[in-house]
Amino acid sequence: MSAVAAMPREAHVEYLLRLADNALVLGQQLGALVTRGPELEEEMATANFALDYIGQARFLLSHAAELQGEGRSEDDLAFLRDGFDFHNVLLVEQPSAHFGDVIVRQFLFDSFYCEQLRALTQSSDTRLAEIAARGVKEVGYHLHHTQAWVIRLGDGTDFSHKRVQESLDRLWRYTGELFDADATDRAASEAGVGPDPASLKPAWDAVINATLEEATLVRPAEQWMDGGGKQGRHSEHLGHLLTDMQFLQRAYPGAQW
Amino acid sequence: MVSISPVADPQARAWQVLETVPDPEIPVLSVVDLGIVRYVHARAADTTVGLAPTYTGCPAVEVIEATVREALQRELGKPVTIDRVLSPPWTTDWITDAGRRKLTDYGIAPPAEAATSVRQLFDKGLGVACPRCNSTSTTRVSEFGSTPCKAAYKCDDCLEPFDYFKCI
Repeated sequence: MSAVAAMPREAHVEYLLRLADNALVLGQQLGALVTRGPELEEEMATANFALDYIGQARFLLSHAAELQGEGRSEDDLAFLRDGFDFHNVLLVEQPSAHFGDVIVRQFLFDSFYCEQLRALTQSSDTRLAEIAARGVKEVGYHLHHTQAWVIRLGDGTDFSHKRVQESLDRLWRYTGELFDADATDRAASEAGVGPDPASLKPAWDAVINATLEEATLVRPAEQWMDGGGKQGRHSEHLGHLLTDMQFLQRAYPGAQW
Repeated sequence: MVSISPVADPQARAWQVLETVPDPEIPVLSVVDLGIVRYVHARAADTTVGLAPTYTGCPAVEVIEATVREALQRELGKPVTIDRVLSPPWTTDWITDAGRRKLTDYGIAPPAEAATSVRQLFDKGLGVACPRCNSTSTTRVSEFGSTPCKAAYKCDDCLEPFDYFKCI
């Protein structure tokens, strides 16, 4: 981990928290859908996805906590931070109003995350590279499954097509943030810790365009993009999610089983 | 497994013990069959074992670590340290030939191809063989099964449903 010194510790920790919080929040979202799947097979898929994300989040949070060196654990970081200390992108905290939203959110994020993890396997932070090498296989499997659903819903009935197009139109404005670099992203790419987010865009565009075309869905026009999640400025939805996720440790500090 | 007589060399003995530690989800497989034991250093004072997690979120990881620690401590009588080894990542290619045979006998079809195969990712002409009648005329029912590592299949000849250990 000698190359790690090239990135200021505070920025490095925040960079890891961005990755960890994306996985943690999405894992929590999908975990909350267990028992609400449209069919048994999808129920299993949702639970499996959630498990993979939470597993990745645990490794990333542990790594961040260790680097931070303040004696905190992965659990402290997951359960005792407030919303403004979370660094996930806005996309993953958007609500799961119906199955189309769940699938589109998953598709837009995993198609990005898969490219991001692939790049992170080359990270100068060797621990991060190891976590990414395992994660990329899992997320590749998710993406394959999610793409199939986008196609099935988009090229399905008039009703499913309409609903999934609406989800796409609604969630599209949260995709800009994925590729926008701020000072933390730039520090990471200069130190070889992570990729320049913009460099992931061409591969993402290719996956999005090919899948949407097969799904007979229309890619939303270029538009104003929302952002701020990576810097800790969140939509109202994150607060509700954390209230649920952190309840036990807030109500009974230090509780274990 | 209990019938194997203990060997004196602590290193060989440690491996022998690990051969008896079952995977909690698929108890016919030992942790050695599964290919997650990366190294064993049995020394005079203590023992260190490197274990690779299967899936990052696999709930069995902690149970496996606890079981390995307990078994080695009991048999070797020395403190045991477990290292979680992430690199190179575990894939289904690490399952041993003995492990693959045990999976089939247990009714779970072992991974059909190497984890790096593109063909398997896109599920084209996989030829997963039914563990009961060996027919390769099989259909995938669900990409996700009873545990994170399995998919659900059915046999088109004997009509039995079965689990398939997917290549990841």
